[in-house]
Amino acid sequence: MLGEGILKGLTETARNFVGSFVSAERLITVEYPEQRIASFEATRVFPFLVYDQENRDGGGPEWEAGLRCVACQICEKECPPKCIYIEKSKDKKLDYLGKAQYYPARFDIDISVCMSCQICVEVCPFEAIKMDTEFELSATDRFGELLLDREQLAKPNEYYRQIHPSEATEVDARLAEEKAKADAKTKAAADAAAAKDAAVTKRAVRSEEPSNR
Amino acid sequence: MTETLDQIFVILQHWLVGFLPAGVRSTAGAAIGVAAIVSVFPALFALTTVLERKGLARIQNRIGPNRVGPLGILQPVADGIKSLTKEDIVPLSADSAVHFLAPLVLVVSVFMGFAVLPMGRNMALVDMDAGLLFYFAMGASTELSVFMAGWSSRNKYSLLGAMRAVAQMISYEVPLLMSSVTVVMMTGSLSLTKIVEAQNRYTWGLPHWYIFTPWGFAGFVMYAIATTAETNRSPFDLPEGESELVAGYHTEYSGFKFALFFLGEYLAMFSISGLGATLFLGGWSAPFSFLRWVPSWFWFFSKLTLSIFVFIWLRGTLPRLRQDQLMNFAWKFVLPLTLLNLFVAGLWRLMGNGWERWAVCSAILIGAYAAMGRVQMRSGHFDPRSYRYAE
Repeated sequence: MLGEGILKGLTETARNFVGSFVSAERLITVEYPEQRIASFEATRVFPFLVYDQENRDGGGPEWEAGLRCVACQICEKECPPKCIYIEKSKDKKLDYLGKAQYYPARFDIDISVCMSCQICVEVCPFEAIKMDTEFELSATDRFGELLLDREQLAKPNEYYRQIHPSEATEVDARLAEEKAKADAKTKAAADAAAAKDAAVTKRAVRSEEPSNR
Repeated sequence: MTETLDQIFVILQHWLVGFLPAGVRSTAGAAIGVAAIVSVFPALFALTTVLERKGLARIQNRIGPNRVGPLGILQPVADGIKSLTKEDIVPLSADSAVHFLAPLVLVVSVFMGFAVLPMGRNMALVDMDAGLLFYFAMGASTELSVFMAGWSSRNKYSLLGAMRAVAQMISYEVPLLMSSVTVVMMTGSLSLTKIVEAQNRYTWGLPHWYIFTPWGFAGFVMYAIATTAETNRSPFDLPEGESELVAGYHTEYSGFKFALFFLGEYLAMFSISGLGATLFLGGWSAPFSFLRWVPSWFWFFSKLTLSIFVFIWLRGTLPRLRQDQLMNFAWKFVLPLTLLNLFVAGLWRLMGNGWERWAVCSAILIGAYAAMGRVQMRSGHFDPRSYRYAE
């Protein structure tokens, strides 16, 4: 009969109305500033620059010395909204492999332009740029405060491990492997050089020997 | 004591007027009554806005406003301050005089309707012999203000919204009046005070409210449908369908003028709920004879709040109708049933006091409802749309 559906609907809404007072699990609202839920591991907001804390020769503050970024500018070129600006350094610094590399003299990301696409992270061959989970970034100045520079972007690897644990473990393992490989190579090269030296000295010694006779 | 509590506002009014010289007493008494209405109902409006938002939220398993004050109860204060401090924008091409007048006309004409409502024993501001007629005259003039708003804004959404609103309000004005006329037929008076008094009788402790008769029940249901449409409430909120028309006729209103429109709509809802309570739910009379010691104004306002609750409940439940559904429903379903209801009311009057009239009247109404529902619910066969004249 006409009107049955309306009555059915009214019962349903009444059940919701009463139920929301009776059972707490119906109310799924998270009252944000007071209540928070932990972010998911795959959460991504804006990119940040990873730096290693266990560090190497370079002077200056830790974040500057440990930056993994080598200013290759791939992310700058790939960025769809062009929100990354990089200036390459004139000099070189040792990277984690002990190799001399350029470093970014300037690295700016305009987060008012960034669209959180993660392409910079995908293309980076040095595991230097990763996605952050920090989302409370409101600022009073639209231009100055939303343009993040190197220092604001740099965050330790430890932080990366915290926010994306499984991803970070993978990255760390890969880097360790590369380092081990590089170490082995340098060691092999050093051994070879040492062997060569030894051979040279041996030969020299041998060539001297007859004169001693 | 009971008598004093029941008449407390009347006594208060007389006491206040007593301080004044005899010449201005009647004017001052009326002014006090007006002041009471003008302060009580906007306060109720403020309360309703927040409770409606909370109620709708609960229906959707949300929490609702809870930031301003304890449990968000001060939300209307914040809203009020916001709407007062907002910039009042008048479109450049708008007819500024009419644009300014429209919200005022709405609020004033809605407030006029309250004048004849008996809100308790001896508590009608004006006890008019043709109170019902006056009420509907005032109610009909809200259409004028709606059209003034839509027309003066010079905006297609406003105009469309106003056209819809006027079409809808005029269509539903007819069943609204027709369903109320049955009450007049029974009481033999257009005076709202008399209508309440006619219902304020008890048999075996139960009241003689008109809703407890077959024609009264049918009339009340159709009255409720018509009032929902008349006040532009969901599911008949096409005039301000946000998804189609931005906000309908008040698209171009901001700040305090918008607040006035909002106020006007809610006040119209209150007054028409009050009228419904007066006509069918016994006005200020108690639901059981042993509860007659409770003040009469308490019963009036309880019935009013209950109606508002039902309005909110319906809003939380029903989706918006389509324009043709709205019109078909008014002219093909509600109107024939109200006409039939007039006939049934006459029959009820003529059939005397036996049980037969209950059986006959109920049978006619239920049969008609079921038959019409069945015929009109039959799923139509739709061909591709063709345009006869615009080829």
